[in-house]
Amino acid sequence: MSILIDEKTPILVQGITGDKGSFHTKEMIDYGSNVVAGVTPGKGGKTHHGVPVFNTVREAVRETGAQASITFVAPAFCADAIMEAADAGVRLICSITDGIPAQDMMRVKRYFLRFPKDRRPMLVGPNCAGIISPGKAMLGIMPGHIYKQGAVGLISRSGTLGYEAASQLKALGIGISTSVGIGGDPINGSSFLDHLVLFDKDPETQAVLIIGEIGGPQEAEASAWIKENFSKPVIGFVAGLTAPKGRRMGHAGAIISATGDSAAEKTEIMKSYGLTVAPSPAEFGSTVAKVLQSA
Amino acid sequence: MDVHEYQAKEILASHGVEVPPGTVAFSPDQAVYAATELGGSHWVVKAQIHAGARGKAGGVKLCRTYHEVQQAARDLLGKRLVTSQTGPEGKPVQRVYVEVADPFEREIYLGYVLDRKLERVRVIASKHGGMDIEEIAKNTPDELLQVIVEPAVGLQPFQARELAFQLGLNIKQVSRAVKTIMGAYRAFRDNDATMLEINPLVVTKDDKVLALDAKMSFDDNALFRRHNIVDMNDPSQSDPREAQASEHSLNYIGLDGEIGCIVNGAGLAMATMDMIKHAGGNPANFLDVGGGASPERVATAFRLVLSDRRVKVVLVNIFAGINRCDWVAQGVVDAVRAEKIEGVPLVVRLAGTNVEAGKKIIAESGIPIIQADTLAEAAEKAVAAYQGAK
Repeated sequence: MSILIDEKTPILVQGITGDKGSFHTKEMIDYGSNVVAGVTPGKGGKTHHGVPVFNTVREAVRETGAQASITFVAPAFCADAIMEAADAGVRLICSITDGIPAQDMMRVKRYFLRFPKDRRPMLVGPNCAGIISPGKAMLGIMPGHIYKQGAVGLISRSGTLGYEAASQLKALGIGISTSVGIGGDPINGSSFLDHLVLFDKDPETQAVLIIGEIGGPQEAEASAWIKENFSKPVIGFVAGLTAPKGRRMGHAGAIISATGDSAAEKTEIMKSYGLTVAPSPAEFGSTVAKVLQSA
Repeated sequence: MDVHEYQAKEILASHGVEVPPGTVAFSPDQAVYAATELGGSHWVVKAQIHAGARGKAGGVKLCRTYHEVQQAARDLLGKRLVTSQTGPEGKPVQRVYVEVADPFEREIYLGYVLDRKLERVRVIASKHGGMDIEEIAKNTPDELLQVIVEPAVGLQPFQARELAFQLGLNIKQVSRAVKTIMGAYRAFRDNDATMLEINPLVVTKDDKVLALDAKMSFDDNALFRRHNIVDMNDPSQSDPREAQASEHSLNYIGLDGEIGCIVNGAGLAMATMDMIKHAGGNPANFLDVGGGASPERVATAFRLVLSDRRVKVVLVNIFAGINRCDWVAQGVVDAVRAEKIEGVPLVVRLAGTNVEAGKKIIAESGIPIIQADTLAEAAEKAVAAYQGAK
């Protein structure tokens, strides 16, 4: 099994005819993802990479039964695209877009509250590399070949640091059940915690690697929850030990501005809640291997 | 993005927040002229820099005569002001703000912040203004007042009124404080601010409520729709290396180590810096060339990193996802040839798509590039090269 997506998940691509949307749609199809629809307002009725294109998400969902969407929509219009997908009944929305204003995301999150909890969409990202269930499907922009299918769940705020982890694992013969990039923005859709809940229920996943970074409360929240509720071993890491205070390190959300934001503090919190912390970003693979052996 | 105090006050005033009369000045003569135009008998001359704690650092001067105004402006302009928030190198003072100084009775703290945990705007207020919020939170945590704004409807007048009464204001002051609290909220919301601090907000003898100091930061992601804010940008307040980087839309943060870093992806860039530290070295910078690191961007990144004289070794770490290693490798080789990099050892680590082809291009280029396969190896080789070069 895997979480969030598999080879059957019917996928729609918002912004399918744009440069990035088009390129990654082809990559996703080649990987085995079940891309059933695309949306570009004004391009309805055409086909792109053999996929029917619609003017609205509602129409695409009605005609094709799409359940998951991925947005390749410019930052100024992306919050709108996410809400459109949510309103059309899409339950998993993955937003790759980097640069969405924080107040727009605040509105998106508020808008999601109109759905009852059991029907509330799961938003992955924005500003993330997406989701991959190796060997099955990809809803993202990652290089599929660096992921081996297996039993480790991976959740990472950073895209490329997630790649680094996946390739270290593969080099040691360790595979991944699902890898989720939750993104580098200060206000994002889903957190480490949201995906840990899913990994907990996934019988195939034996351990989870969570890769955080400076800024925000998500790593601490997840760690506290893990101690009380999570039945599988968790390996953690927080990037940005050398990051200066008050500076935004590339990601909009990667900034030390409050107590508990620094990598050193978060690492201590992880340890205090019983997570195994990788001593350096070069030791994701070896630390996971050690934990799997002793489990 | 940050703005100066006088700019923040302009924004606030346009949303109905009362501020003391003031004018920005770029020279001592302009400062005197400003004081004569403003009238009154006392003025403060305030250094305009993108950092707080100016008062304690001598950046705010109370003046009783025009001569004192001129002297204060002369003392401040053209200097670098070092405060507890600027770092040891300080910030250049190129403008001063001349403001009428009237006596006041009370100092209040009023702040707005985009709370990441709540995903809402949080309004914070305290009876004990005039010191920084960390101090207030430490000294009188029980007296910190908070209001959480519901994003669907925005801040409501009753919430502002509750705050005003809790601050112990009289009825005349309350109605003015409500106008201030509501106006500042609109200034925050309508300009995509991430932080707004009025500290102190003062109450005068005749029941006026005035923003005596103001600080605002804005969401970089929203600048595309905030041209008024972009126009307020003062590049003199940023590290020159960072200002140059932002012209090329590269994410760069200058640090004080010796190993220059060129990496794709913010997380990997931070991790590379961490690895350098782990291996016993110090990173000279954070630099994310972005997910699709094109050869042109790599070349620009090289120029930027090498313009820093502290850099003794350059470490390139590219994990090719969307892009391909062979493409990046060619970019590196071309950049090295074009920039004539000599005497600075170069360590390159490529991983991901088409990695073998990329390594081959570098190996066959005839340029003495140190190649590494893993993140650990790259950091170790970079630190070793630095120690060798020392």
